[in-house]
Amino acid sequence: MRVNFTVNGRPQEADDVWEGESLLYVLRERLGLPGSKNACEQGECGSCTVRLDGVPVCSCLVAAGQVEGREVVTVEGLAEFAKDRTEHGGCASGACGTTLDQAKRWEAKPTQDSQTGEGVELSPIQQAFIDAGAVQCGFCTPGLLIAADELLERNGSPSDQDIREALSGNLCRCTGYEKILDAVRLAAARQGEAV
Amino acid sequence: MAQNTRTAPAGTPTDVTQDHVKGGIGESTLRPDGTLKVTGEFAYSSDMWHEDMLWGQTLRSTVAHAEIVSIDISEAVAMSGVYAVLTYDDLPAEVKNYGLEIQDTPVLAHGKVRHHGEPVALVAADHPETARRAAAKIRIEYRELPVVTDEASALAADAPLIHEGRDDHHSGHVPHPNIVHRQPIVRGDVAEARKRADVIVEGEYVFGMQDQAFLGPESGLAVPSEDGGVDLYVATQWLHSDLKQIAPVLGLPEEKVRMTLSGVGGAFGGREDISMQIHACLLALRTGKPVKIVYNRFESFFGHVHRHPAKLHYEHGATKDGKLTHLKARIVLDGGAYASASPAVVGNASSLGAGPYVVDDVEIEAVALYTNNPPCGAMRGFGAVQACFAYEAQMDKLAAKLGMDPVEFRRLNAMEQGTLMPTGQVVDSPAPVAELLRRVKARPLPPERQWETAGQGADVRALPGGLSNTTHGEGVVRGVGYAVGIKNVGFSEGFDDYSTARVVLQLINGEPVAMVHTAMAEVGQGGVTVHAQIARTELGVTQVTIHPADTQVGSAGSTSASRQTYMTGGAVKNTCEAVREKVLEIGRRKNGSYHPAWATAELLLEGGKVVTDGGEVLATLADVLEGEDVIDIELEFRHRPTVPFDLRTGQGDGHVQYTFAAHRAVVEVDTELGLVKVIELATAQDVGKALNPLSVVGQIQGGTTQGLGVAVMEEIIVDPKTAKVRNPSFTDYLIPTILDTPTIPVDVLELADHNAPYGLRGIGEAPTLSSTPAVLAAIRNATGLELNKTPVRPEALTGTL
Repeated sequence: MRVNFTVNGRPQEADDVWEGESLLYVLRERLGLPGSKNACEQGECGSCTVRLDGVPVCSCLVAAGQVEGREVVTVEGLAEFAKDRTEHGGCASGACGTTLDQAKRWEAKPTQDSQTGEGVELSPIQQAFIDAGAVQCGFCTPGLLIAADELLERNGSPSDQDIREALSGNLCRCTGYEKILDAVRLAAARQGEAV
Repeated sequence: MAQNTRTAPAGTPTDVTQDHVKGGIGESTLRPDGTLKVTGEFAYSSDMWHEDMLWGQTLRSTVAHAEIVSIDISEAVAMSGVYAVLTYDDLPAEVKNYGLEIQDTPVLAHGKVRHHGEPVALVAADHPETARRAAAKIRIEYRELPVVTDEASALAADAPLIHEGRDDHHSGHVPHPNIVHRQPIVRGDVAEARKRADVIVEGEYVFGMQDQAFLGPESGLAVPSEDGGVDLYVATQWLHSDLKQIAPVLGLPEEKVRMTLSGVGGAFGGREDISMQIHACLLALRTGKPVKIVYNRFESFFGHVHRHPAKLHYEHGATKDGKLTHLKARIVLDGGAYASASPAVVGNASSLGAGPYVVDDVEIEAVALYTNNPPCGAMRGFGAVQACFAYEAQMDKLAAKLGMDPVEFRRLNAMEQGTLMPTGQVVDSPAPVAELLRRVKARPLPPERQWETAGQGADVRALPGGLSNTTHGEGVVRGVGYAVGIKNVGFSEGFDDYSTARVVLQLINGEPVAMVHTAMAEVGQGGVTVHAQIARTELGVTQVTIHPADTQVGSAGSTSASRQTYMTGGAVKNTCEAVREKVLEIGRRKNGSYHPAWATAELLLEGGKVVTDGGEVLATLADVLEGEDVIDIELEFRHRPTVPFDLRTGQGDGHVQYTFAAHRAVVEVDTELGLVKVIELATAQDVGKALNPLSVVGQIQGGTTQGLGVAVMEEIIVDPKTAKVRNPSFTDYLIPTILDTPTIPVDVLELADHNAPYGLRGIGEAPTLSSTPAVLAAIRNATGLELNKTPVRPEALTGTL
């Protein structure tokens, strides 16, 4: 079958999709967007978390056909997504999530300042993960970033228990979560300063 | 070298350059791959993609021990989209087995399967689902054999031999062919010392089978090349060890198997053994097409070895003033169907079985069994983890029997620099065991009833049971427990453990740039960060390029045994020093006549300049390198030699370095439902020198959490009747979530080991040792129950089983 949907603001068309394929498989293997990860493929680990019409979901549990006509944000589009949100006044203005108009303006950044990608414009949560040392192997990172960004979108100053609850669907095996908490606190604090 | 004419696959790793003015050793420099990892651009082995690639699928045995009567692949081969189906008969070379130390593991089962999930056949197809369906069409007839599942069934008079006709180097000294390796450690006179004991405590401890549960599944891409060889992109812990095992079974010389490290999603020991490497190469060479294999989580539980489950019997004695008199211990490790790292695990469990304590009279015996259970091998802290669980429980029992404080009792018996190990080896660098305990104990305790929020009642997220909302504090009791452990660093027992680093220094656009090229597996620990820091410190440059790890450079050894910063960090330092000498040699040749300091002073490279140890600038690095050839040096680095333990007495200087960590666990237990919430896991560790403090703390917190997991939730459950795995999924094998994990305050000591580069101490494993027994001690403290088994499940606390 053919599936038409929007990924990070860009209309996408996936052909020859087998009915049993997941959204995760289509993103990774058909659209060249392997940022969403495949740690368990059974909805337990959260490494494949994406926003589907604004809602965080495990893309491994979404059948590809279910996303027909809908909007997906993946880690590859998170920086631009977050920037758009900031520029449109954040949640208070009712601009949460990606409207089709916003999404359509998204473009992949073709060049980077260096091979490490340093100098690339990141979302606050992405920068905080780097600064706080929340990234080790990094396999859980894309899913955690999507989930943490969504938390900060609806709760700008979460308590530690709020952070733990919001991220409890995302497994990490390397860090012991302490520096992930640090990263979310840091992003929240920076977001607070910027307001 | 014949180049592959195919285009490079998507996800091929590239050089990564990091430019930092600061960022030498001791700084919390950020990861050079950090930005790539937060933008989703960092390519893991499962992200590799080639335009005409096929998908490989492994068919695994559904029974644990059986003869293979027949295999019928006809239906599978006939399916549309299937390119190849391979069985044992298709293996191309004389060599058909592999293994880390003992080559006892068949690439594909031959006539017999020895454990549940053993690979029997391979399929390559154009879609992963087609490959899965084709594998399901392969018909295998098994004739089941009796299963060996524990020591009794392994050593029974009529026990089936797991491996017949053993001729490996341990087969001569083991008391039974179903024992992989046996190591006794005998020192002093236990019978005599026992007479001095005022109290004696005994215990039988059971440690469950833990899974590494790294998040990035076993995966990789094999691309056949025109010279008949293969390019393999894979996530592993040790490229050259893989290569040594892969090439012979492919029937290829090693230079025709070109390996590149792809992004690794965690490892923790689980990638030390071969998983899909050989299978992908076989399918690629057979079909002439690139083949990608990615395990799903179910298969991953069968695709790598686990932590050895163990039964440990301990007897300790002590005088009434609290001094240990003696130790007798017997440690039985279940190695499962294939040897993997079992011999080394036996060596660690026995030689470290007394823990970080002074005890002169010791009899320890450790064995690893061959059984039909899943193969077990390396996992963070291997051998030492199981022993620590037992000896720390013993310390609490002794303290209780003597009416002493458990921490005071431990400090009274704590080893220190100069103490003799039970192997006779002198601990010749700092061993601050008592100080680590003092530090965790001195921390203020978290407030009582910490779940109460100002004016809003109980926050259930801070209570046992969490969001299940099972208590608001009723029936909840608190307990506090302590533990400390000792781990060896590096490969022991006479192994020629070395690492190789290539360092290139050149001017690029007039700026000096150092490139570091090693085969070190970056598995998330931050080795690449540290390599760049070392290059900056030693060469005074700001820009460092990390070259992808591959087999075009010499072996780095394994990213395991807490060794990689010591060994490959040491290798990078060592090669940088040679590069620096070369720079100074050029400088003396060019400028020596202008300034006498070139000949007389101790010279350093700092801030892009050649400076004297007094700080006088002699030249810029750019001036020295201008017009010169690129400096390109590759050197090996070794730690001090070790010797094998004597097979009868266990005596010998078998270890390179020791490392220590202590924990204090605070738990709250809902005694009515048997639910445990760990509130805090404070830890203190001596790291010798923190090359990157941020990464050091991250390692300690991560290791601590894996120890917490095994204390309260993690266990692979193997049916004792069938030897089949019952919980191969993240639904049924639980690892700690962020709600299960407490705050983990870390206290880092830096007492230099002068034998090691920069005085550093390997850090990765020690925190995994003492975390588990500290949590167990805290639960015992809260409940008064004996609790001799990991993990502690609710039924163990409520007595309802």
